[in-house]
Amino acid sequence: MSTVDILFYLLSAFAIVSATMVLISKNPIHSVLWLILVFFAISGHYILLNAQFLAIVNIIVYAGAIMVLFLFVIMLMNIKKDAEPQKQLLVKLTGVVAAGSLLTLLIAVVKQTTQIQDKQVLLKEGSIGLIHPLGQALFTDYVIPFEISSVLFLSAMVGAVIIGKK
Amino acid sequence: MTILAFDWGLVIEKLILIAVVVFGSLGIALYTTFGERKVAAILQDRPGPNRAGPFGLLQPLADGIKLIMKEEIIPTAANKWLFILGPALAMTASLMTCAVIPWGSDIELFGRKIALQIADINIGILYVFAVVSMGVYGIMIGGWASNNKFSLMSSLRAASQAISYELAMGLALIALLMTTESLSLKTIVEQQVQGNWWNIVYQPLGFLLFFIAALAECNRTPFDLPEAENELNFGYHQEYSSMKLGFYLFAEYINMIMSSAIMASMYFGGYDLPFFDESTVAPNIAAMIGVGTLLIKIVLFIFLFMWIRWTIPRFRYDQLMNLGWKTMIPLALFNLLITGALILANL
Repeated sequence: MSTVDILFYLLSAFAIVSATMVLISKNPIHSVLWLILVFFAISGHYILLNAQFLAIVNIIVYAGAIMVLFLFVIMLMNIKKDAEPQKQLLVKLTGVVAAGSLLTLLIAVVKQTTQIQDKQVLLKEGSIGLIHPLGQALFTDYVIPFEISSVLFLSAMVGAVIIGKK
Repeated sequence: MTILAFDWGLVIEKLILIAVVVFGSLGIALYTTFGERKVAAILQDRPGPNRAGPFGLLQPLADGIKLIMKEEIIPTAANKWLFILGPALAMTASLMTCAVIPWGSDIELFGRKIALQIADINIGILYVFAVVSMGVYGIMIGGWASNNKFSLMSSLRAASQAISYELAMGLALIALLMTTESLSLKTIVEQQVQGNWWNIVYQPLGFLLFFIAALAECNRTPFDLPEAENELNFGYHQEYSSMKLGFYLFAEYINMIMSSAIMASMYFGGYDLPFFDESTVAPNIAAMIGVGTLLIKIVLFIFLFMWIRWTIPRFRYDQLMNLGWKTMIPLALFNLLITGALILANL
């Protein structure tokens, strides 16, 4: 086991434990805070892949901006622990069955995909995650999808302003 | 065993560097509180703290002992764990920034070349942004966990202020990054050491915007609305006592030091001493001169922060938001356009 392997298992355990805590925390604020930890664990995985840019953007955008908005909303709604609606047993059971089948399906798909079979992940090396190669790829090969997605963001912004003005 | 097969010299060297930088910043922060009170006193024409030790130099120690000796109070209705987590996060986030600041050029010790920077990463300045956005959580969690509506309102103010000014800060920075073509702070400083001019010459407007945004990010006057005592009693740390309150107050001073160091590195040449050729002296001496230069620049910036604090009154909240969204962001975008045009024209 190399250092990278050890880090991989530690980060994975960290991510899974935090994600479980998101689900089983009764207090919504605690759930949000655990979710932030999940994002940190995922960023750690990106760093193992030497995708530094992706790792830091994941933290800035998801852990830094979006989760702050989540916290804003939940703090202002003032949700009480006992006021949380209790679902019926049948509804809970349906949820478990549905989510379980989705998980089985996803695992099956990943196992069947020929493109990733017998392929090793490039750990600690490869420069595609660094800024220069990423910028090159985004502004040459993928310039049209990139621009289209930025137009999408712009339209979302205009929409938010219009809703805010009403 | 391949588990432990890495360069232990590097690990030890980095651990020592981290310890020096962290305790150094804590020490400077301690004396910044003293400096603040002295500067305030000078600007208001009064003597300031002068009782503890010669010239009152032991005042920060007396303050620290006072804070530690105070009774720890955790309100019964507060969320206990988050109440403790809040100040801890605020402190951690402000100290984490120091990891990417280059404190000087390389030194040679015991035949090893040691970089005076904890981590020279590809994404340096983005890392600073990530840590700054983490700093908001300390305030938000502390304010919410106190279970006090003034604390909650204050922490919401702090968070919305931080998010608004982060935008202008980022836009101001993008213009600078367009000219440097690198995000690594070490590279940016080295360019200024070797080139003729500091970046402030190329980016005067960008620096002004960055400086104003840094004032807002550190919650300093005129942007200290989260602590507006006439509206919100004491702000987000109202329910805190003893050293937990001390952590919040201290984190503000460390933020100030770190933002001064970043501004000095980005716009004012970092450890570059002007009109001095570093290659004429031994590398170790040159590095020490560099560290001294950077520290002097940091102290000058901190003085500027204090000068502003004791001169300008606090804004109203709507004025703050108007300044952030309707003045700073358009100006930053304008600066971005001009910079882009100049780069295209190859000037």
